[in-house]
Amino acid sequence: MTTAVRLEALRKTYANGTEALKGIDLEVEAGDFFALLGPNGAGKSTAIGILASLVRKSSGRVEVFGHDLDRDPQAVKRRIGLVPQEFNFNQWEPVEEIVVNQAGYYGIPRRDAYRKARRVLKELDLWSRRRAQARSLSGGMKRRLMIARALVHEPPLMILDEPTAGVDIEIRRSMWAFMQEINRAGTTIILTTHYLEEAENLCRSIAIIDEGRIVENSTMQQLLHRLHRQSFLLTLRRPLETAPAGAPARLAWRDPYTLEATLEQEQTLNSLFRWLDEQGIEVLSMRNKQNRLEQFFMDRVKRRREQAA
Amino acid sequence: MNAWRRYWVAFSTLVIKEVLRFSRIWVQTILPPAITTTLYFIIFGNLIGERIGPMDGYGYKEFIVPGLILMAVIANSYANTVSSFFQAKYQRHIEELLISPVPDWIILAGYVVGGVARGLAVGAVVTGVSLFFADVGVVHPWLTLLVVVLTSVLFALGGLINAVFARNFDDISVIPTFVLTPLTYLGGVFYSIDMLPHFWQRVSLANPVLYMINAFRYGILGVSDIELGVALALILGFIGVLGAAALWLLRKGVGIKS
Repeated sequence: MTTAVRLEALRKTYANGTEALKGIDLEVEAGDFFALLGPNGAGKSTAIGILASLVRKSSGRVEVFGHDLDRDPQAVKRRIGLVPQEFNFNQWEPVEEIVVNQAGYYGIPRRDAYRKARRVLKELDLWSRRRAQARSLSGGMKRRLMIARALVHEPPLMILDEPTAGVDIEIRRSMWAFMQEINRAGTTIILTTHYLEEAENLCRSIAIIDEGRIVENSTMQQLLHRLHRQSFLLTLRRPLETAPAGAPARLAWRDPYTLEATLEQEQTLNSLFRWLDEQGIEVLSMRNKQNRLEQFFMDRVKRRREQAA
Repeated sequence: MNAWRRYWVAFSTLVIKEVLRFSRIWVQTILPPAITTTLYFIIFGNLIGERIGPMDGYGYKEFIVPGLILMAVIANSYANTVSSFFQAKYQRHIEELLISPVPDWIILAGYVVGGVARGLAVGAVVTGVSLFFADVGVVHPWLTLLVVVLTSVLFALGGLINAVFARNFDDISVIPTFVLTPLTYLGGVFYSIDMLPHFWQRVSLANPVLYMINAFRYGILGVSDIELGVALALILGFIGVLGAAALWLLRKGVGIKS
């Protein structure tokens, strides 16, 4: 399997002394859909900034598809498309020009650049707004413009830094579908997001970064399998005054029609439902109280903070 | 596609972007110098100039033409790079270039050529206005072109360095207001330094803009207070120093990378 990204002992200390990265090692396989998660200020944006040549590393090694960032920065840059967290295009320029210019910076001649721009703008449903100034677009359109701009030179690696922040659920879902489509077509994707549901639904591998260190790095499946406990909210057909005692899982009363069931890793839903059946308690529906990845993330970060303390 | 072809495409993209930028806002960039020049000719050329009489063998209106053209070229070459590069930093769209495989020297060349393009466009407009008021020919056309292009390059470089260090909009107006304007006005646009007392003549020689204006005046009118070789050497020297400094700043990412 080809390695798309390899970070070795990557460190970054800013001029004010802040140690944003404390020697991280990370590998992302080609074709993967990779989540890079962490609390605010954990070092995600610094790591991405270094990969995209926006931040200078203090030490360590960065390789993209076998090209070393120090030895051949141009080769590394050609292989990356970046969708940053904040809007970073000229708000006064027309949409099409922004995309065409970006293609030009990658050495794509103007005629081809227009052709490629037309394709990505159509794919992202921005073609009808191609002559509009970027500032006149809605928030969701601006996000899609940044994706179009990042895709125009057809990079094998896309880095999406919170691409769906602040967009409504409908646009978010269409962007998820689009990201899955380009990943299926072979593009490696590194995604950072605060919507852990997004990461759980889209990504196959995950790394959690906290206080400049990688604290978790595995496949999504392995990670969720290690989840120590899960909480579910059960909606009941008939009201209850209190939580019934003696259940094979912890049950807590939330309101007359809702019970919260917390299962440890060794406990199963089958035994809980058998028991509820025996008690004559009918369950109409069930949902996770918290997204599973979110639960893991919170547990992991909390545990690390406790260890550090 | 080979690297040089890619670099050419990137460079031309940057130049087109810069030219479109100042062309789109021509009311702010091209029109004002035309109006200012018209006012200079009405006030200094027609009203005051007729009382001053000939200078270096030319009527006053003809004498001030080269200075007025170069003054506009200097101001606009500088203004284009300083405002464009600072806006790119401020709105963060400089990142479009930083993440792309565009070498620093292409970024520098693209912005400088953009500045030169605006300087020359404004210079052409001011020349057109000047010809309406004064009857001048060009004695040394190639030299005139060389001096105007080199001067434009020099001040475009200066504007870019200013933008690299600028942290807010005030910082991009300080140099043009407090340094460039006084140097240009005292650089012999409106007078020959022969008119000054000896002491002030010596002081004027420390003003680099004086050399550029006189070299340009020599190209157009064939008269100068300064030896041409010295003026050209000085301009090229400044271009070398500012060019190296600008490239070093971009390479180090000063003001644009953390």
